[in-house]
Amino acid sequence: MFKIVEKRKLAENIYEMKVAAERVARAALPGQFVIVRVNEGGERVPLTIADYDVEAGTVTIVTQTIGLSTRKICALEVGDSLADFAGPLGRPSEFVHMPVEELRKMKYLFVAGGVGTAPVYPQVKWLKEHGVECDVIIGAKSSNMLIYIDEMSKVGNVHIATDDGTQGYKGLVTGLMTELVEGEGRKYDECVAIGPMIMMKFITLTTKPWGLKTTVSLNALMVDGTGMCGACRVSVGGKTLFTCVDGPEFDGHQVDFDEAIRRQSMYRNQERTAKENYEHNCKCYGE
Amino acid sequence: MANKIPRVPVREQDPVVRATNFEEVCYGYSWEEASLEATRCLNCKNPRCVAACPVNIHIPDFIKCIVEGDLRAAADTIHLDSSLPSICGRVCPQESQCEGSCVLGIKGEPVAIGKLERFVGDWALEHSAEVESVAIEPNGHRVAVVGSGPAGLACASDLAKLGYKVDVFEALHKLGGVLSYGIPEFRLPKDRVVAREIAEVKKLGVRFETDVIVGRTLTIDSLLDEEGYDAVFVGSGAGLPRFMGIEGENLNGVLSANEFLTRVNLMGAWNPEKSDTPVYVGRKVVVVGGGNVAMDAVRTAKRLGAEAVIVYRRGEAELPARKEEVHHAKEEGIEFRMLTNPTRILGTDDGWVRGINCVEMELGEPDASGRRSPQEKPGSDFVIDCDVVIMALGTSPNPLISSTTSGLNINRRGCIEADEMGVTSREGVFAGGDAVTGAATVILAMGAGRKAAKAIDEYVKSKR
Repeated sequence: MFKIVEKRKLAENIYEMKVAAERVARAALPGQFVIVRVNEGGERVPLTIADYDVEAGTVTIVTQTIGLSTRKICALEVGDSLADFAGPLGRPSEFVHMPVEELRKMKYLFVAGGVGTAPVYPQVKWLKEHGVECDVIIGAKSSNMLIYIDEMSKVGNVHIATDDGTQGYKGLVTGLMTELVEGEGRKYDECVAIGPMIMMKFITLTTKPWGLKTTVSLNALMVDGTGMCGACRVSVGGKTLFTCVDGPEFDGHQVDFDEAIRRQSMYRNQERTAKENYEHNCKCYGE
Repeated sequence: MANKIPRVPVREQDPVVRATNFEEVCYGYSWEEASLEATRCLNCKNPRCVAACPVNIHIPDFIKCIVEGDLRAAADTIHLDSSLPSICGRVCPQESQCEGSCVLGIKGEPVAIGKLERFVGDWALEHSAEVESVAIEPNGHRVAVVGSGPAGLACASDLAKLGYKVDVFEALHKLGGVLSYGIPEFRLPKDRVVAREIAEVKKLGVRFETDVIVGRTLTIDSLLDEEGYDAVFVGSGAGLPRFMGIEGENLNGVLSANEFLTRVNLMGAWNPEKSDTPVYVGRKVVVVGGGNVAMDAVRTAKRLGAEAVIVYRRGEAELPARKEEVHHAKEEGIEFRMLTNPTRILGTDDGWVRGINCVEMELGEPDASGRRSPQEKPGSDFVIDCDVVIMALGTSPNPLISSTTSGLNINRRGCIEADEMGVTSREGVFAGGDAVTGAATVILAMGAGRKAAKAIDEYVKSKR
């Protein structure tokens, strides 16, 4: 069992939890994820790591209530426990293995969308700790859905975009990216984009003509997360790879996003029914 | 003198009924039935069954104990060579091992060795409380075991009996490896058999830790260098599924047998009342492959309400699955399309499976494996309509451990190189089971785990 030691609401339906998981905290690196199971009978849910503290032995996860399992996770409070918390899984971000001298010459542009801002944070933080200052675009539908602005501002140069213009640039992150690169003439060596599949797809379409290497982190469906099931298959450069062991980060210009988006919907009908049943039961029992 | 009666039939669930539930297919022998069947054994002077058993269980000896009505002695006899009789009695391919070389099988039916082993194993599990546990003197040494499948369980229990403090690390949330995620409930009951076998290992003082992915959460190097284990046994199995590499394999509705069986067995999707994990079978499922995993997948699909078909590129005689599984599958109404090979999976406009394009095959000359190699009949293409395709083409070892352990040699197929006793290229690291051989059987993995336990004991003693 893995105890929740801190919990806070970041935005409507988005919660941050610090979980006591000493082994995971000790091994975690930027870019990796965990598999969480809320209780006996619960699904194995892949969640990205938002932060980790080796000394405290805690790992931070950020969860948005999308389906049944994420709702059950977010319903837990401080003192409650998750049945399982396995990881860290996946390969760490490429830059973790780069020699520091080379790394310090790099100009990174991070683009974070919605709840995808959480996994961007440990990457930007890690780079800052290694002497690399990065530009970070954080995007959301509206200002009340923006998360991690304060945290990110401490480790990177934050630019904000909201669809409705309630904060920062009015429009999509791709618009703000274009303004920075084409408008202000900023030069980058690599773009790292994490957020909804559709956002990542359009970011790669935006950076392609610039010849800007773009790394994306895919949130494919998974069961075990260790390479056993193959549910997370993704076509990258015409080759089938497993998101869990070969990724989750890939060269975005090589990813077949239309297939990846389609594969995410494999269990949509069952997921919808399960969520409706759960909500119905919650109402019946006055939860 | 042996009793010249026909083989005692074993009671089974009615095929029509069982094709709709997940209860165990075979009820096994009662004591009376087992005693009667046991009288058929000739107690051969040179028992060919023992030689044909991968771990050389003293088969005529334990059968003689059944005849004499001493089941405790029968269990003790089996336990000399096997740690998992309840499991192996159910899942071993007896027809190509012990029973396949039984003298009685030349003219008639061999002794039902598997069913007798299962009977004794189950009896022992039910009566384990009666055995007084012998206090084991700790020897002060610690061994880490990676994986809680058959190899790891066997290795851990033997080492614990020798006084080692054993910690088993399991990547998944549930113990048992393939016994839990792979083999379905209707063939190997999880609570009644697997959990109880594991409880026996726990009784020996072995400690289990789930959710630890060796190669990620920690490494073999860290176990030896930082956590102070004297040796590590790697029994991490072969969990990486293979695909065919044909067009349409990434359509929605194409999945590996591993994914399908993991959803149903490990995650319990067969019982939606208790499980949040979804599974999709549609109206018709095609399973590609002819091994035990293919049979497990196709029979599971049938139980979930789909029309279920096996497609296999060789002939029925070449099916690698246990004969009993093929027989059971046919009884349950599974359709077998032999000498048929998929060439392409067809999709709807929105990317879901709508059918599978196949070609007919004919058998040519025997290949390296001794099986006649199938060749395509030109122009024989046809389509089977279906909404799910399950690939059961075998698995290979996960590279997570080999890629994160220094000095551990692996072969071309990604398997860890180890000798007969499980000794690897890295000092203090031993390996056995599917991680070394590639996907094989429970009994071979169990046997390898036991041999490695011996080798580990010798290694640790030599260092003292």
